[in-house]
Amino acid sequence: MKKLIIAVILLSMAFFSLSCGQQKKEYRIAWSHYTGWEPWEYAEHAGILKKWGDKYNITIKLERINDYIESINLFTAGKFQGCAMTNMDALTIPAVGGVDSSVIIVGDYSNGNDGIITRGEKSLKDLNGKKVMLVQLSVSHYLLSRALDMNGMQEKEMTLINTSDAEIGAIFKTQKDAVAVTWNPILMNAVKTPGALMIFNSSRIPGEILDLMVVHSKAPDELKKALTGAWFETMQALEDKEKMKAAVEYMAANSGATYDEFIAQLKTTAMFYKAADAAKFTKEDKLKKTMDYVRKFSFDKGLFGKAAASADYVGIEFPDGTVLGDKKNVKLRFDDKYMQMAADGKL
Amino acid sequence: MINICRWLRTVNSEMSDRISSEVRHPKFLGFAAKPPGKLKFFLTALPFILSIAIYITASQIRHAENPGDKILPTFTQMGDAVYMMAFEIDPRTGERLMLTDTVSSLRRIIIGMTAASLLGLVIGLNMGLFPGVEALSSVFITFVSIIPPLSILPIIFITLGVDEFAKIMLIFIGTFPLICRDIFLTVKKIPQEQITKSLTLGASQFQTTYGIIMPQVLPRLIDTTRLSFGAAWLFLIAAEAIVSDSGLGYRIFLVRRYLAMDIIIPYVFLITFLGFVIDWSLKKYVARRYSWYIKSKA
Repeated sequence: MKKLIIAVILLSMAFFSLSCGQQKKEYRIAWSHYTGWEPWEYAEHAGILKKWGDKYNITIKLERINDYIESINLFTAGKFQGCAMTNMDALTIPAVGGVDSSVIIVGDYSNGNDGIITRGEKSLKDLNGKKVMLVQLSVSHYLLSRALDMNGMQEKEMTLINTSDAEIGAIFKTQKDAVAVTWNPILMNAVKTPGALMIFNSSRIPGEILDLMVVHSKAPDELKKALTGAWFETMQALEDKEKMKAAVEYMAANSGATYDEFIAQLKTTAMFYKAADAAKFTKEDKLKKTMDYVRKFSFDKGLFGKAAASADYVGIEFPDGTVLGDKKNVKLRFDDKYMQMAADGKL
Repeated sequence: MINICRWLRTVNSEMSDRISSEVRHPKFLGFAAKPPGKLKFFLTALPFILSIAIYITASQIRHAENPGDKILPTFTQMGDAVYMMAFEIDPRTGERLMLTDTVSSLRRIIIGMTAASLLGLVIGLNMGLFPGVEALSSVFITFVSIIPPLSILPIIFITLGVDEFAKIMLIFIGTFPLICRDIFLTVKKIPQEQITKSLTLGASQFQTTYGIIMPQVLPRLIDTTRLSFGAAWLFLIAAEAIVSDSGLGYRIFLVRRYLAMDIIIPYVFLITFLGFVIDWSLKKYVARRYSWYIKSKA
């Protein structure tokens, strides 16, 4: 009996000390499969994320969500402290939903990762009266809208068919008169179909479709610093000739692509390998112009919901303090502070 | 075995006699409870009231924290959204979106279900009566009915294209085998004597099939179709979620992109309501037109 009591006391002490040791705060970060975000998984795999978490005495728990939109919805609902998403979705989902969000890392922009493909039509003008498959209200829709604008055309001239990204590639390959707007890796496989042509892609609008790491603005500095530090250390590894091969191999396998396919995807993704470049990009005036296009597109398509009377409904703040839209309702902030710190080696 | 059943039945009826002769029934608890009219009404309404109350409270808590909250919209927000979707003309398409969505979804489901039930009737009937047809199709249809329709969804879209036909076919494939097999079993249950009698009275095989047997299975057909509607909605919405340019499922999966729960929740209720109306009218139709069938079931 005595032995039992001693054992119980010892056990409970052991548990107590264990729980004391775990006083580090845990933060959950969501991401989904996309070329520009695969480095997150590598950062976790290579222990980079843990290293930076330890440095700021926090635990970062990276979770992959299979459905991209669901990951943003969960972030908006407060289930995650951070989430990888594009600039358009950051504006229309969390920011419009009243969740004050900060862009702390601008990871890359699409430089050909999104495109319009046809089975023979050579130019946008030929799309008149056609059925166009795409994930409506996504960056594909934005790309189409920008392409039509540049050619003086209107969306009304064609029929848009909302098509799941899970099926769009297969349907494009089997339908003789298909037109699709989609992203990589679907895009690069679909365009290999005999007779398929890419008539427009995001390299024509460089720097407009951005892939970001967005966190709740009220998230602690430690988290923001640790994430930024870990990200740019991962970027360094990708630039390093020795480390790069292993990293790309891991990311390719993880995303279900071959090594060469992943390299091809990286070519159409303009990654900011250096924190200084990312910080510089965020400070440029061009970003304001891009976000203005994006918010006008989003408002026109009804993405701001009923409450919004104009595209000014939500305020977007830039590093120099200027605000696009309602100054009293700033919900999306481009914050270059942490990228700059990374560039200066102050993290 | 039969004796035990009979014994149980007598015991049961004795017990219920005894119970009904006793002075008081409990109102709520126990086997013998007899909730009075008002209480019964209250009990029916209670889960609904509770759910709405929980929703309103949760929604208000979220809105107090964040007035722009989209996840649990208030009833006013939903009302505004419904008004906009139902009455205002969409600038892009020039249509009232909710009407367009409802019409295209109803068209798909009604065409699909009509085809499934008519073909299910004809094939099921012939399978039940003609051993030749049974040998030809029974095993095949059983086999097809086991394939989960959603698993062949990509195949359907890839082979049949992205137009209406593919969506209607998914509903058809999902509901036809069950209806067909059910009619087959119903026909099998009809006593052989009836068929012999109608043949000896001079009816042809054709007349026996479509004049004597078919009218007897019609109410069962409507009943089965009614029950298959639940599955049909599932297939319709799955199809619309994947490839579509209008429809109730299309809208829900489209506005999901910007978390417009103020549109999604009313649409869910609209689907529930449509399903309810279809179910109720088929049930009423059977009750009016085939009162003998209802009696035979009781």
